[in-house]
Amino acid sequence: MEKIVYVDNAATTPISAPVLDAMLPFLKTHFGNPSSIYSVGQTAKKAMEEARATIAACLGATPREVYFTSGGSEADNWAIKGVARAMQKKGKNHIITSKFEHHAVLHTVQALEKEGFAVTYLDVHDDGIVRIDELERAIKDKTALVSIMYANNEIGTIQPIPEIGEVCRRYNVLFHTDAVQAVGHLRVDVVEQNIDLLSLSAHKFHGPKGIGALYVKNGVVLQNLIEGGAQERRRRAGTENVAEIVGMAKALEIACEGIESQNEKLIAIRDKLIENLLKIEHTRLNGHPKKRLAGNVNVSFSGIEGESLLLMLDANGICASSGSACTSGSLDPSHVLLAIGLPHEIAHGSLRITLSEENSMADVDYILGVLPPIVAKLRSMSPLWEKITRKNA
Amino acid sequence: MMGYSDKVMDHFANPRNVGELPDADGVGEVGNPKCGDIMKMYIKVENDVITDVKFKTFGCGAAIATSSMATELIKGKTIKEALELTNKAVMDALDGLPPVKVHCSVLAEQAIKSAISDYYMRKGIDPAPIVGDIPCCDHEHGSCNCAK
Repeated sequence: MEKIVYVDNAATTPISAPVLDAMLPFLKTHFGNPSSIYSVGQTAKKAMEEARATIAACLGATPREVYFTSGGSEADNWAIKGVARAMQKKGKNHIITSKFEHHAVLHTVQALEKEGFAVTYLDVHDDGIVRIDELERAIKDKTALVSIMYANNEIGTIQPIPEIGEVCRRYNVLFHTDAVQAVGHLRVDVVEQNIDLLSLSAHKFHGPKGIGALYVKNGVVLQNLIEGGAQERRRRAGTENVAEIVGMAKALEIACEGIESQNEKLIAIRDKLIENLLKIEHTRLNGHPKKRLAGNVNVSFSGIEGESLLLMLDANGICASSGSACTSGSLDPSHVLLAIGLPHEIAHGSLRITLSEENSMADVDYILGVLPPIVAKLRSMSPLWEKITRKNA
Repeated sequence: MMGYSDKVMDHFANPRNVGELPDADGVGEVGNPKCGDIMKMYIKVENDVITDVKFKTFGCGAAIATSSMATELIKGKTIKEALELTNKAVMDALDGLPPVKVHCSVLAEQAIKSAISDYYMRKGIDPAPIVGDIPCCDHEHGSCNCAK
């Protein structure tokens, strides 16, 4: 088999062997509906509640505060729409978020804007981090919710979550965080960090796709998003995906055990990659150099376009991603890269490499061997590069 | 990847006629770095025949492949024949393009027309009646902003 170096772990991760082993019995023998009273159903129910307790423990929450969803997008939609509609009844119609949230958050608040909500989009500055004083100034009497992501999916920057939580607590405003890229990778504690609602997704930490959870702090009122049954204590209808719930809990349990040691290893790999990629002329690192996820590298190479770069990397077995318009399927490059102030043409030439514990120093050495000649080849045929070098000559 | 045909991938991975012609008789550049694609085409013309052609492209896989194919299709052809080359002919020669990439073939047609316009202008001939309208870079939503 030809060599494959998978470094797109922010997009998704493979299910690990112990996770698959934990799931299989619930796809075969213990297939019952957890709402059924006979033993096949109750076995499933018991496993599901154990999974809930495991997930709650990893977040510093209680099991009653964890609700299963179909993934991160549903959790984001539910948290934001659910709180907004509940708070609207109390006359609160203002939401604060950031410019570089995932579209599951941005498109949701944009939909609420059309319904009459006012939304403030906080700047994320050139380092990709929101500022606490700007958040504080944005809070009004009518603010219903602050939704700021824990860590950005493209440039990996980690937001000052405990400080944001503290400000929200002080002003008595609910705080939701899209922690899809953070859970299983950073130490999350919803109590210490003053988090009221938190979204997570299993396939970002070696769990299955199509399953996630929303943490809702005890006492937080939010409207239902999905109606139709008594599941999840009447708050989220639908027969529970037991096998995936069990798989998610197993994956999170494994991830949470090793966060610090894994991050130490990943940071060494990440920083070697960043240091050497920046040796290529006219290359910039996107996002804060240190306040970023241990596995995230995001660079822009002037004069080239991201999709071409990805195709050539793919031909060498390297799976990565880009923020170019061509890869986003739209006219504009990534809103995240534009939010940190990158000109369009620089954003088109971006490359995101996201590492997991399955990557090694050998992978980095392979990438560093393959990538510079590809950049050089694409630049040699780029009229834009010609202009850049002429300007600097 | 991206639903590209084998021919697109071949012309992307092994582009034909890449480079510059220092003694070109006409040079055309179309596209916009803001949109993520620029094509620059160089032509050498003798007795109304395009005897040599080179290109440089900043852009996605389809942009590079359409540039490469377009140069192949006009090399050795008369100017009249080159002007008759449509973006559809470039696409067909590549066994098709994904719908979101059709604008790349339009850009290739534009690049040829732009190089021929430049050739006529250098000779002191008004290219407008001969070359005609250069088609708009028809991005996804029919937007023409990119080419301007």
